[in-house]
Amino acid sequence: MLEDKDRIFKNLYNDFGIDVTSSKNRGDWLDTKVLISKGRDWIINEIKSSELRGRGGAGFPTGLKWSFAPKEVGSRPHYLVINADESEPGTCKDRDILRFEPHKLIEGCLIAAYAVQAHVCYIYIRGEYFNEGQILQEAINQAYKNKLIGKNSCDSGWDLDIFIHYGAGAYICGEETALLESLEGNKGQPRLKPPFPALVGLYGCPTIVNNVETIAVVPTILRKGSKWFASIGKPKNTGTKIFCISGNVNNPCNVEEEMGISLKDLIATHAGGVIGGWDNLQAVIPGGSSMPLLPKNICETIKMDFDSLVENKSGLGTAGIVVINKDQDIIKCMARIARFYKHESCGQCTPCREGSGWMWRMLERMAKGEASREEVDMLMDVTKQIEGHTICAFGEGSAWPVQGLLRHFKKELIKRNNFNPLIKKNKNVPYLIDQHLLEEDNVKN
Amino acid sequence: MSMKKISKNQPVNFEFNEENKILSKKIISNYPTGRQKSAVMALLYIAQRQNNNWIPLSAMKYIANFLNISYIKVYEVATFYSMYNLAPVGKYFIQVCTTTPCMIRGAYKLVEACREKISKEENKISFTSDCSWMEVECLGACVNAPMVQINEDYYEDLSKEKMIKILDKINKDEKIYPGSYRGRKNSEPENGRKTLIKN
Repeated sequence: MLEDKDRIFKNLYNDFGIDVTSSKNRGDWLDTKVLISKGRDWIINEIKSSELRGRGGAGFPTGLKWSFAPKEVGSRPHYLVINADESEPGTCKDRDILRFEPHKLIEGCLIAAYAVQAHVCYIYIRGEYFNEGQILQEAINQAYKNKLIGKNSCDSGWDLDIFIHYGAGAYICGEETALLESLEGNKGQPRLKPPFPALVGLYGCPTIVNNVETIAVVPTILRKGSKWFASIGKPKNTGTKIFCISGNVNNPCNVEEEMGISLKDLIATHAGGVIGGWDNLQAVIPGGSSMPLLPKNICETIKMDFDSLVENKSGLGTAGIVVINKDQDIIKCMARIARFYKHESCGQCTPCREGSGWMWRMLERMAKGEASREEVDMLMDVTKQIEGHTICAFGEGSAWPVQGLLRHFKKELIKRNNFNPLIKKNKNVPYLIDQHLLEEDNVKN
Repeated sequence: MSMKKISKNQPVNFEFNEENKILSKKIISNYPTGRQKSAVMALLYIAQRQNNNWIPLSAMKYIANFLNISYIKVYEVATFYSMYNLAPVGKYFIQVCTTTPCMIRGAYKLVEACREKISKEENKISFTSDCSWMEVECLGACVNAPMVQINEDYYEDLSKEKMIKILDKINKDEKIYPGSYRGRKNSEPENGRKTLIKN
């Protein structure tokens, strides 16, 4: 278990207060000027050697992303955009950073903006987090007042303005190019990549988009050193991570732990165990609803980091862990997730717009046992038609949870769904009046 | 995206009040010159606040003129995002999160409470008090499930009984308090936490 001294978010539960003075007591804004004076290359190299990977879901190396920003600022200004549009079911880590550790985020914004040569930073917060946004705005105002940001931020010679932009309840705006569209005042529909935002992003200018948690850990990494961060966790999966443990556990909570902690430990130590005991566990969604679920036998040994979960055909995603015990109907749970994706599809690509609805309707019927056995395989086919055929990763995000269900709970689906219009006992179903035409003997002639 | 019903009863005119005009101009100045379109989402919010929590078509036309962009550009944004109400909602607007993490903690019990106390159907303004409810997708407070959002505030760690108590208070127009209804602090684990102990 991670020691308290190695935890980055010391105010995760708001024991100390949010204002700039108490944040400074926790070590924020300490010698920010010195960190910046070490230069752009030093900052990017430190982040690269800390092996920090983006905390928003995809796990892209942050230092590498920053190095994609053009080295020289040309005619177009650079922008830094913070993605605080946290809407993945099972995930609520950014909310706690926004409301209890806003100064870590603001300081991270300053350092990241300097590293990618941006003078303007937009923080895109989901509209539902109105109160969290107000707290962050107050923290930004205090930072301006204390000359920590604004003209000549922290006496470092770098100018930075930070603005908050509220979303309005669209999950898809968590996708970086949809977020940029939304920031420009359009519908949040993702753009084709390439060109990537690092070259052509907000208003056609080079833009770096990072998750809240990624940016908020940056100042601490630079202060304590990349070696310290890299020493926690496993190679390529370093550092600490806020895990959100929800669902059928005794004490659901947010907790900061090291990467690569075993799932069983995490649930037992911090969340008070599964309701009804470990043996009552049915499945776990390890990284927010887009990631395929894991059945109990894999949960026994799985380690919570990017690579171990990919090996088991799932993913760390946002580290939103949803525990589902045997009291729940697993098919219903996944049908509800399918409904979420049907509701949130932006409607731009046909496979996703139509397919997400298909998956939802099929799963709803399967939960009631009204589907035929062939349809179980057809459902897999539908997911394959969506996956990889859309502009953004939403297609994968909606198909993967259903694939996970089919991979691990196919027996359950088949057991429940015996409905077969061709077998004799269903002959009296009124709407199947012409079914005799399909019966094998008649088909042959 | 979600189904949107536009109200049949539309006011003819809409204009920002003086305070909101100043606020809108300030928000437009957050964006580079010529990129005033970026402010459309914020301005729709301001209109929604000014007009009892819903946006009439006349407000969209007004915003289009205010930002010097076409009406359809405002209209498509207003209809795309789910948080813009295009028809009247209650003074207390209750959004019940029913996505899987909340569902498995009993969110549909809260829906039952709403059906009993407010109205059988979603988006119907209750007869007894100025209040309406709807099911929404994940509100991002999963470790505090089940939860509801009433206007801007989150009410967490609920159960059917607690929800009924809240709705009774709303019916009497009494003050209600946001936060956890099991008495826990934010998102910390109950029954003794194992981290950040020296705090």
